[in-house]
Amino acid sequence: MAHVAGADHPSGLTGSSRTILDHYQSQVRTRRIYTLVSIAVFLIVLGASLDFANSANSGKFFERLPYLFDFMKSFVPDSPLEIFRAMFDLPSPYADGSIKYDYTSDRIWITDSFYIPNFFYQLAITINIAIVSTILGASGAFVLCFFAASNLVGSRAVRWFVRRIMEIMRAFPEIVIAGLLAAILSIGPISAIIAVWIHTVGALGKLFFEVVENADMKPDEGLRAAGASWVERVRFAILPQVLPNFVSYTLLRTEINVRASTIIGAVGGGGIGEVFSLSIGRDHAAKTYAIIILLLITVICVDQFSAWLRRRLIGHQSFEFGRGAA
Amino acid sequence: MSSVPTINAAERDRLLATYPQVFHRSFMQRWGLAVSAAVVVVYLAFCFAFFNVIPTFVNGNWDRASIYLQDWYSWRAQPRLRFQNGEVVPQWTSRGQYPQGANIPWMQPMPGGGYTVSFGGSDRLDVTPARVDIHLDGRSYPVEITSDQAVLPPGAPAAMEQDGNKVMVYFGFEGQAEIRSSQVYIQRRFLGWANFFFDTQSPFWGRSLPEVAGLMLSGERLDPNRSNASLALDNFLNNASWQHADILSKLMQTLVMAFVGTLFATLIAFPLAFVAARNITRSRPVNWGMKRVFDFLRSIDMLIWALFFTRAFGPGPIPGIAAIFFTDTGALGKVYSEALENADDKQREGVKSVGASPVIVQRYGTVPQVLPVFVSQSLYFWESNTRSATVIGAVGAGGIGLKLLESMKTNADWDKVAYMVLLILLVVFVFDNVSNALRSRLIGRKSH
Repeated sequence: MAHVAGADHPSGLTGSSRTILDHYQSQVRTRRIYTLVSIAVFLIVLGASLDFANSANSGKFFERLPYLFDFMKSFVPDSPLEIFRAMFDLPSPYADGSIKYDYTSDRIWITDSFYIPNFFYQLAITINIAIVSTILGASGAFVLCFFAASNLVGSRAVRWFVRRIMEIMRAFPEIVIAGLLAAILSIGPISAIIAVWIHTVGALGKLFFEVVENADMKPDEGLRAAGASWVERVRFAILPQVLPNFVSYTLLRTEINVRASTIIGAVGGGGIGEVFSLSIGRDHAAKTYAIIILLLITVICVDQFSAWLRRRLIGHQSFEFGRGAA
Repeated sequence: MSSVPTINAAERDRLLATYPQVFHRSFMQRWGLAVSAAVVVVYLAFCFAFFNVIPTFVNGNWDRASIYLQDWYSWRAQPRLRFQNGEVVPQWTSRGQYPQGANIPWMQPMPGGGYTVSFGGSDRLDVTPARVDIHLDGRSYPVEITSDQAVLPPGAPAAMEQDGNKVMVYFGFEGQAEIRSSQVYIQRRFLGWANFFFDTQSPFWGRSLPEVAGLMLSGERLDPNRSNASLALDNFLNNASWQHADILSKLMQTLVMAFVGTLFATLIAFPLAFVAARNITRSRPVNWGMKRVFDFLRSIDMLIWALFFTRAFGPGPIPGIAAIFFTDTGALGKVYSEALENADDKQREGVKSVGASPVIVQRYGTVPQVLPVFVSQSLYFWESNTRSATVIGAVGAGGIGLKLLESMKTNADWDKVAYMVLLILLVVFVFDNVSNALRSRLIGRKSH
């Protein structure tokens, strides 16, 4: 387009080669303009977002930044051993009657002489919430997913309906379910379990039915030829193919749910999240660090264990893509 | 499946010898599924006891549950008809849905004094200071009001009951009434959300939608200083009972948290992933260190980051952004460095062989291969962060999550909760589709 016949070209090319070069360069120019324009738009949106975030925040970023370091300086436990004492509910030498240094009264006594430190007990609650809701959610997703797969269910209406149910379960804010149930059942782990469970059904259901749709249909054909019923075909043709992936996704979901149940706990579902949000809100440095360390260890252990189990089940395969449905 | 094929003994032995792995399976192969199912059942039974499931459900406020659920899609008018000096005086709380002196079709003054409250059809209450007539299913039951109690007549149906000094009347979904010696407390329920567009202070209140539209397009100015359209918009956004402006700005905060947090995480994780990738930075300790940094950032829960920064910066989008940024820098860094390690080395070799500088080698040898994967992963994270930003907000970072939590704590704003949930669902669906469309343009239809 920008080619001018007969003009002296610096490249020393002639004729058709010059035309091609000119076209190439004009395309590169157009592309660069597009890139620059989109970067500019992007920066404007980003700048507006940052400005909006800063003005909406109760403390302004640059005003509060120096205090961040003050906060961190004041948030140092009296001695490193304090963290250890807070973790295992041992009496503190700094005890002055305030709950900041009162580690011992939270002990959960199992027998007269044996106790579980409170944070471990709360952590057990959180992990149990995660595991129970994953088991229940995976069962729900398992039942639903076959009805959403286009290679197993011919009726478009059924598939559409099941998929929309899953979408709503996935997108429905967990805190609303937890909050509604907390208003009915009073605050406690059960509302957290049900909230995480419902979300898990939606999230796993989507991943499950995609696995089912990618299954090889030849075994199914064989069973169909032998006169097997729908349930028998699903059981003997589809299930053996998809089960390893199902288990692997479920394990991945367990990792996510441990984090989710911690957060729901902080909103009012009980468990370690609630204890953590209380202790950080009251500036109990030692307790807070004790919980952070416990959570860090737990998350790393759960991640490593499930990664190891997944690798054993289906070999080395990255399932990070599954996080998108989280 | 009528006839089972039979085989002779020799054939049977041959099959057994040829496929031993089919006929002689290990214990775990045979019973593994059953054993794990049994373990799961035992575990669930343990948790059932551990979490006190049955007592919790038995002690639940189930009568309130139906009210809360009805509040999602309907609203209650709750006037008190007080008996004062031989007259009936309606009294509304500050949350009343009607302006002073409004003509309420279902609650009309009676010619001889008192009020008649209609509960749909012929069901109604005729309230006078001395007597309340309950009209239910075509029959009438007079309730005498004495100085210290209301007395239910004998032979009243189950929908009415004497509860100490007061009489309760239930009209089903339409509402209920509590008749005392000093007042009649009425709850009248209607489908829909009350005053969703305009509150009682607005000049547009009580007008039908076409009427409002007509006023906005070509009506006499209600406020001489500005057009009706801008007045209507202002009244809508500043609706006192629904707080549209506040809710929309909180929703915007949540979206900004997810967007900025994911974007910053992408921008920081991008160069760091090159440091962590074994095939690009040829130093094992540096790779190892970088990967452990990613692991550390990832493993500290988003909750911890959120609470920490809420303590430092106060509630608002900044802690949310910081929480998402720190967690996702770790997660994206890990995913990016894995993608880089899987990239093809030949192209980098090619660029290197013509004498390009190290940065140019990465720019033209690696980035074109991995960019689609990077962008698609970031879009995934953006999508999922739009959802998690709600929860992070509830923990204290602000945004729609905190607003939701506040509305739920009052136990009276479930209609507002429903409104916010609808907004969130809408936004999540829109974002899902946008990010799906962008992703499939980037890496083809193969991705889900």
